[in-house]
Formats: sequence, C-alpha cells, structure tokens
Amino acid sequence: MNITLRVWRQKGRDDEGRMVTYKLTDVSPDMSFLEMLDVLNEKLTLENEDPVAFDHDCREGICGACGVVIDGEAHGPERTTTCQLHMRSFKDGDTITVEPWRAKAFPVVKDLVVDRGAFDRIIQSGGFISAPTGTAPDAHANPIPKPDADRAFDAATCIGCGACVAACPNASSMLFTAAKVTHLGMLPQGQPERASRVVKMINQQDEEDFGGCTNIGECAAVCPKGIPLDTISQLNRDLLGSLSKGIG
Amino acid sequence: MSDIDLYTEGAPIRDEKAPEGPINERWDKRRFSAKLVNPANRRKLSVIIVGTGLAGASAAATLGEAGYNVSSFCYQDSPRRAHSIAAQGGINAAKNYRNDGDSIHRLFYDTVKGGDFRSRESNVYRLAQASVEIIDQCVAQGVPFAREYGGLLDNRSFGGVQVSRTFYARGQTGQQLLIGAYQAQERQIAAGSVKMYTRHEMLELVIVDGKARGIIARDMVTGEVETHFADAVVLATGGYGNVFFLSTNAMGSNVTAAWRAHRKGAYFANPCYTQIHPTCIPVSGDYQSKLTLMSESLRNDGRIWVPKKGGDDRDPRQIPEDERDYYLERIYPSFGNLVPRDIASRAAKNVCDEGRGVGPGGLGVYLDFAAAIDRMGRDAVEAKYGNLFDMYQRITGENPYEVPMRIYPAVHYTMGGLWVDYDLQSTIPGLFVTGEANFSDHGANRLGASALMQGLADGYFVLPNTINDYLAAGPFDEVDESHPEAVAAKEQVTSRIDKLLTINGSRTVDSFHKELGHIMWDYCGMERSEEGLRKAIELIRELRAEFWRDVKVLGANEEFNQALEKAHRVADFLELGELMCIDALHRRESCGGHFRAESQTEDGEALRHDDEFAYVAAWEFGGADSKPVLHKEDLEYEYVEMKQRSYK
Repeated sequence: MNITLRVWRQKGRDDEGRMVTYKLTDVSPDMSFLEMLDVLNEKLTLENEDPVAFDHDCREGICGACGVVIDGEAHGPERTTTCQLHMRSFKDGDTITVEPWRAKAFPVVKDLVVDRGAFDRIIQSGGFISAPTGTAPDAHANPIPKPDADRAFDAATCIGCGACVAACPNASSMLFTAAKVTHLGMLPQGQPERASRVVKMINQQDEEDFGGCTNIGECAAVCPKGIPLDTISQLNRDLLGSLSKGIG
Repeated sequence: MSDIDLYTEGAPIRDEKAPEGPINERWDKRRFSAKLVNPANRRKLSVIIVGTGLAGASAAATLGEAGYNVSSFCYQDSPRRAHSIAAQGGINAAKNYRNDGDSIHRLFYDTVKGGDFRSRESNVYRLAQASVEIIDQCVAQGVPFAREYGGLLDNRSFGGVQVSRTFYARGQTGQQLLIGAYQAQERQIAAGSVKMYTRHEMLELVIVDGKARGIIARDMVTGEVETHFADAVVLATGGYGNVFFLSTNAMGSNVTAAWRAHRKGAYFANPCYTQIHPTCIPVSGDYQSKLTLMSESLRNDGRIWVPKKGGDDRDPRQIPEDERDYYLERIYPSFGNLVPRDIASRAAKNVCDEGRGVGPGGLGVYLDFAAAIDRMGRDAVEAKYGNLFDMYQRITGENPYEVPMRIYPAVHYTMGGLWVDYDLQSTIPGLFVTGEANFSDHGANRLGASALMQGLADGYFVLPNTINDYLAAGPFDEVDESHPEAVAAKEQVTSRIDKLLTINGSRTVDSFHKELGHIMWDYCGMERSEEGLRKAIELIRELRAEFWRDVKVLGANEEFNQALEKAHRVADFLELGELMCIDALHRRESCGGHFRAESQTEDGEALRHDDEFAYVAAWEFGGADSKPVLHKEDLEYEYVEMKQRSYK
C-alpha cells in the first residue's frame, strides 16, 4: 500500500504547530497503525529529520498510553485503541490525517503527545476507596450480588486513554469521571465515601478546565472499552443526591 | 569444560536474613526480629521507589500510609500505565474457598516444584502466606474480581495445578489489580506522603558511603538531568524480556535501572532464566514491534499441528488428516496439548526448525478449533473463547472460526533479576528490589497467575515489614548535589547522553535492538548450546562496539526525545545480553525455561543436574573491560523433595 500522511508536528508545548505531509510506500496491511508510524520514523531518522513523537507502551490495547485523532476520529475508524488499529482498515492511496488529542486540559507536549496529568488529579481528588494496607476484612465478609459486581467491572475497564475527551465537542471528561464513580459506587466497600467522592471529582474536573457535559454521547461512541453512557446518568444521580444533602 | 576466558568465580554468597526453624514460623520470626521505626520518626525518613507496576505502586501506597516520605518515579505519563496492567489470567491465593484441599503449604509446594527446584524455600513459603492477605486487601480497595451468583468470589484452576485457587477479573486481572494499587497510591499523593514523578527515567544510582542514597533521573519532557536523594532506594522496575526486541512486554519495558545498579555493585542473579510462552500470535513481518499473548486456556480445546512434510503451503483446510502431525499428542500422549509452557514452546520450535512451520517465514504452528466446533458447536466455542478469537482476528485479519489460528512462542517473563536477601535487599545496603525485577521466588520457571501474587506480596506485605529494619538506623547523613558521589553519578549520565547524541552514525537505535533480539532469540532462546552461546557472545560484543561507533540519535537532550530514551535502554540491553549468554553457558544443565541441548534425556526431555547446579548464580559486575564474577548461593530443600519432571 502507498499512503500519504498528514501529521501534526509541534516542537514543544509553547511552539506553533503545523501539518506536515509524508509519503510512505510498501505499507503492509498487516501492520498496526503504530508500526506504520515506526516505519515512518525509521525513514525520517535516516533522512536526518526529527522523528514523530507519539505515546505508546503495551501495544495490546490495555495500558491506555496511545491515542491520536485519525481522520477526525479519536483512535480512528475502528472502535479500538490506536495500537490495535491495523492498516488493513485503510486503502491503497489513502491520505490519512493524524493529530493529537485536542483539549485545553490536555496540553501538547510534542507532536502527537499530550499531557493527561489532569486524569491522575481527578483520581487523586476522590477516585479511590480508603483501605490502608493490612486493614482488610476477609474477602468473603461482604458478598456482592453478581449484577452489581458486573456493572462495577464494566465501568472499571476504563483505560484512561482520553479518547472520550478528544471526541467530545466540549472536551468534557465526564465519561472518565463517571466510570470511576460508577465502579466504586456499585460496591459496598465504596459506600462510605460515595457521597463526597462524586462532588470532589466533579470539582476537580472543573478545575482542570475540562468542558461541561451536554449529553452528546460522542465519548461512549469512541470509547475503546465500551464504557456505557449510562454511567453518566449514574454520576448525575449521585451528584444530585449529594447536593441535596448539602454535601459539597 | 572451562569458561575461564569468560568469568571468574568468587566467594559463595548466602542469604543471612531468613530465620532458621520451622518454615511456617520464619516470616513471623523475621517480622519480630526486624527493628521498627516509630511513627514519629518515619516522617524524617525518605524512600525512592522506581516503577509503578504492582510491586512499585503497592509499596508506594503502603509506605506512604505508614508515614514515610516517598518519591515515586515512572517513565510513563501516568503511574497507571505500568505493564502489570497487561496481565490477563489471574492471581493465585491459598484461600481454599473451594474446599478442595488447598493450603499455604500446597501453594508453596506447587511453586517450588513449578520453579524446577531453583528457588528459595523460605521466600516461596512467605509468598504463599502473603497470598491470602492480598485478596482481602484488593477486595477492600474495590477490585472487581469475578463473582458467582451467590455474591462470593469465583475461582478457576490454572497452569496444570489440581486445585482452583486462581482469582480473576475476566481477562483483565492485571489491569484491575494495578488500578487498585494506583488508586491507593494516588490517594497518598493527594495526602502529600507520596510525591509522583511521571515521565522520569532513572539512569544512574547514587551510592554514598557504601549505601544507596539516591538516583539520577532524566525528566523526559525537558531533558533535565536531576539528582534525587533518599534514605533508601527501591527498584520495582520489572523484567528485561525486551532484550529479545520482540516480546509480550510493553515497548518501554527495560533493564536500565537494574543494570545501572548492577554496574554499581548489585549482583544480578540467574539472568538466563527466561519464560517463553507458547501461545502468542506469530510475527507477520520485519516491521513487527511486539508480540501479543493469547490466553493459554485455548489449549484446552484447540489441537496443535503442522503438516507432516516441509514446505506444504496448501490451505490448511485442504490438508487431509493423515498428512497432519499433531505433534504434542504424538510425543506426549498423556498430557497432549496441555503440556507445560516450556515443553510446548520447545516442541513448536523443533517442528519449525525441521522446516514444517506454517505462515510467513515458517515460524508458526496451527491451533485448530475445527474439531472443537464440530464437537461443541460454534456458539459454545464462541461463548468460551469469543474475546480471544476477536483479538486474533483484529491482529491477523483472519477468521479463526474458519481457518486454523497460527501461534508461535514468545518471550514473556524473566525469572532472573537482581539478587536480594529475605528482606528484599540487594547486595548494596539500602537498595531494595521488588517484583519481577528481583530473582527470588520463581526459580527457573514461573507458574501461571504467580507474577501478580509476587508483585503485590512484595509491595503490600513484605517490603513494608523489612525496610524498617534498615531505616531504623536512619536518617542518614544529609547529602546534597555537591557531594562528589552525586556529582560523579550525574556526570556519568550527562557524558553518556553527550556521547549518544554526537556519534551521528548511520544506523537507527531500533536496527541495533532488532539485531540484538535476533542473536538472543537464535542462541539464548528456547534452546541453548555451548557452540551457539559462544557465538552469541562474540556477535553481541561486535554489535555493542558497532553501536557505540555507528548509532544515529537525532535531536538534543533538552527536549522530548524518544530516540534518546531508547538509545539508553538498548545500550544496557547490549551489556545484559552478554551476561545472559555467559550465565546460560555456565549452567550446563536444563532446568525450567533454560534448556541446554547438551543436557537432555534419551528422549529429548530436560535433564537437571542437582549435584552440580542446585544454586543461584549471582553475578558481580567485574568492570567495563573485565570478566563478571560468579558467586554461588547454594539452595537447600528441607520441605520439598527434588524430582525430575515427566509429562509423557
């Protein structure tokens, strides 16, 4: 396959960026999208051009490090992570546009790499159960109905990649926050901090300059782990409950 | 046979920390004899922890809760991305919730035997003891383990053991356990007891007055080379499987922190013990960057075969039954497709070496579900293995319901690592090593669902009860950046960076890494021989010299420079690779993941030599141009009888 790439190049956080066009020949349809970028970088290096920076690590769709906007879609045309997207999803002769996540809360570090530290700070604000090591009762002390456990699990599969933010016209992190609120809120262990957790996390989210949620649903449509949109309804119910009790 | 040209032998080494007496009382005894640090004094003590996988995040959270000042470092943009996250299968614990005869002693026994009698009894027993508390701790944190309809935790059996003791969270157990530890760590970051440094890579260890007192780390965004001090340093930096270039490890997984510590005096134990997992998706081309594991459970219903004659490139569905070789069923009639990992991997290599491999490059064997689909129906197969089939199809573009899957073994885990005593302290006072980065619990072969158990045991329960014995003597003398040792360590890093950036040769870092990987895979992979290892050592030395003469790293240090990051890691892999080959050469026996062609039974099975090799090989760095020094730690088995394994 022959591919034309239009890639966002930006030297550093405060530099201006621009789209640069590269041509690649002999692209195998069996390559992953990131392997295609590896090939580009080998070529650029040998031509004394700065290789394209992009985040990636496990390359099996679970660490959440990778993620770029491909032809306007977060993670590209398939509902998966960028590392699990393969070139067979494109056609010979295609021109592919590659950009970083675009959100005020995710400043560009270089080229396609952004700073997602805001997600960690949302977790710090309350995305945990306080259970210091050594204090735990026996694991069977608290049976959990399977439907609750399954629902908690579905929400817990979030990989923190940030595609939800990139896809949202408001650059809202609501799906990310809602996934954690739902995961911990469905479990009995998560109850003592449930009412304050949601308020703290929403406040932190606002502080990080994420946009507000207006129920568009692009987030859930691009989520590579299929975090359901109804986690946001769950969050809103919890939030309403907390506010009505005067918490936050 | 003498290897006098390759290494020298030094004094034997011993673990001085494990108490004597009945094995089930040793951990209690050690916790009692270890000096304590009172809570008020903990505030005056600081600990650096490098790595945020299960072993690092759990330690950071726990030591932070205890009141120490913790600094945590990871090279990723968030601690949540450490490669523990990719573990699929599960975590073992001797809960005996199934009432099926499990016990701490049985988990201990299975793990020692599974490690092919090359691990320490005391350490493994403690691991089995801690396993019980780990599950409690994780559930309390909100880890969503699989549950049954009654609301209790589900278990499954795993890796050929006869009890069901594996706890799991669908195929994402590592992810859920890591997120639990990550959240506990983030809670401590918010509380101010843990300071987090993301996108920071440790490039050197700082030793002052013989004690580990800090690290030199590079801020990967700005390029600034920083010096960080503490009263103790913990390396939780994972394994070194990426020395093979292609492995199931994350792209960034590397040996640099451990190797830098090794060069400063920490012994490296059993570097040649590598686990090669049989069911991975094969390489599809030269551009391949990593290998993806598919759960071993596929071997329960799939049948593994290759064509009887070499070069048979027909569509597999057109090859009649009598022209197929179901080689595992043929060679191992009693275990068939369910032989242990090391056996299955080596058998696949053998048939491919005979020219009967399938797929690109002839490096693959079929894993065929046609019979299972006939027997169980497609829907039942889909219910059981659907997610794995989908993953296979996404990566290969082939439909495994119609065409047999192709699989090939891949490097998965490294049992070797920095030598530690019972307290998890290395041969450098104040330098502790946890998780896959140390060598202590898995011997020559790791059982499934044991890596997660060890990482969390070390971080939640072992280290927090042993590091106090060392820290009780602190706080140690104040040191700052002007200390000659700190200046020298920083100078080592900056001069290496300068060197890497100014060679401006003609080959990329990846091209060297790939070539090293080929050498390691061909000569220090599934089967090793005297001749091959000697050749590999020569090839690695030549490649290393060429690297330092001809590598091309563009850009500057003072920027986000991924090629420079890789160059550091590959430079260290080029040194580690040689030590792995020397270790593999000197160990003239087959054990666990280490198979020496010269040491096999008449029918080609692994043959241990307990009389000569029942020891840990702990290697001391001999100097840049000198030979490594071998220190042997004898292994004694008081509770488990040593036996040869057989699966026929």
